[in-house]
Amino acid sequence: MTLGIEVNGLRLDYGKFAALRDVSFKLQGGKIYGLLGRNGSGKTSLLSILASFRKHTGGSVAIGGEAPFENARIVEQVCFIQESGHMTDGVKVRDALKLAASCWPNWDDDYADKLIRLFNLPVKKRVMALSRGMKSALGVTLGLASRAPVTIFDEAYLGMDAPSRYAFYEELLNDYMENPRTFILSTHLIEEVGSLFEEVLVLDEGKLLFHEETEALRSRGAAITGPAEAVDRIAEGLTVLGEQKLGRTKSVTVFGALTEEKRKAAQSEGLEFGPVSLQDLFVHLTKKRGDKQ
Amino acid sequence: MFDDRSPIYQQIADQIKEDVVSGVLREDEQVMSTNQYASFYRINPATAAKGFQLLTDEGILYKKRGIGMFVSAEARQTLLAQRRERFFEEVVDRMLAEAAKIGVPIEEIIGRIEQAKGREDV
Repeated sequence: MTLGIEVNGLRLDYGKFAALRDVSFKLQGGKIYGLLGRNGSGKTSLLSILASFRKHTGGSVAIGGEAPFENARIVEQVCFIQESGHMTDGVKVRDALKLAASCWPNWDDDYADKLIRLFNLPVKKRVMALSRGMKSALGVTLGLASRAPVTIFDEAYLGMDAPSRYAFYEELLNDYMENPRTFILSTHLIEEVGSLFEEVLVLDEGKLLFHEETEALRSRGAAITGPAEAVDRIAEGLTVLGEQKLGRTKSVTVFGALTEEKRKAAQSEGLEFGPVSLQDLFVHLTKKRGDKQ
Repeated sequence: MFDDRSPIYQQIADQIKEDVVSGVLREDEQVMSTNQYASFYRINPATAAKGFQLLTDEGILYKKRGIGMFVSAEARQTLLAQRRERFFEEVVDRMLAEAAKIGVPIEEIIGRIEQAKGREDV
């Protein structure tokens, strides 16, 4: 089952501070979505609203056509795994798993066991006694085994070492293909997980900057490198996100559709053309004035 | 696994083309599924599917409903023709430009080619 998500003019205020401002998007569902944004951009606020952990101040949210807040039918379809972990620290890992099994109608015990072995989770230990990485591995296990139609991971990998993170990505992808459902992942490790996202949403200072197919967004960026004057001629009229100079060589990162003419002109001038990685694009698009040297 | 120089789906399509040209993938042979590709390269299956779509549009692959994707009968010939067309532009012209840049006379290049030809003739 896939549940679509529709957000319209969403607003969230913390006192006088607007954490989210006029955020609107539509997720068809059944895809892996990446939510990107700098610290304080509103990612956790947005995800908390989707998961009914928080009530929004204005606008509307609908999951499967229904408002999720205090809606039992929707709440049991949405599993939210937070970076900080919201499990009761006093309980044992085994009890946390039992609790989760009773919360999620689609919970898969066998799959949970497989993940416990994969991450070497000590089931007899208390959650509070786990290392940061193990707490995250527990979160990841709960999220995946919940098989919830909408599963949200908010920087769920914190503290996990690289092999564990890659094991997580692999499981996520394979389980998604076997049991298609909606995943939303917020992350700062764009290079590691970027290729898993079918669509990305970029939040910046509480506003939605982009919601696009990952490949489409990526293809809109280009890096042009060559002699400074030639690069400047080509870059004229394009949105320049960033530029670097090394002697007489200049490299600019441009954003926007590059016409075939421009591309040909650049190539005939011997300029080097390269795509921009999602991570670089993200860095350039969310750079603040104050960050520029 | 992938460089950053072109979209991943493009690189997947290029790899399959390379396999067809080199004969690793034969005509009417089934290619791995998008899910197998996705899992192997750890990418979203939709991205892998885009690469496959590119190849179906170009007539390199065809789809058997409910079974999977197969290499077209004329795939290798089509690709070889394309590669031959691009050979002089992409390989020879570039080689000559590089030779001019570093000062290798054309005669030397011709000499080298004749040598290679001589070896082949034997």
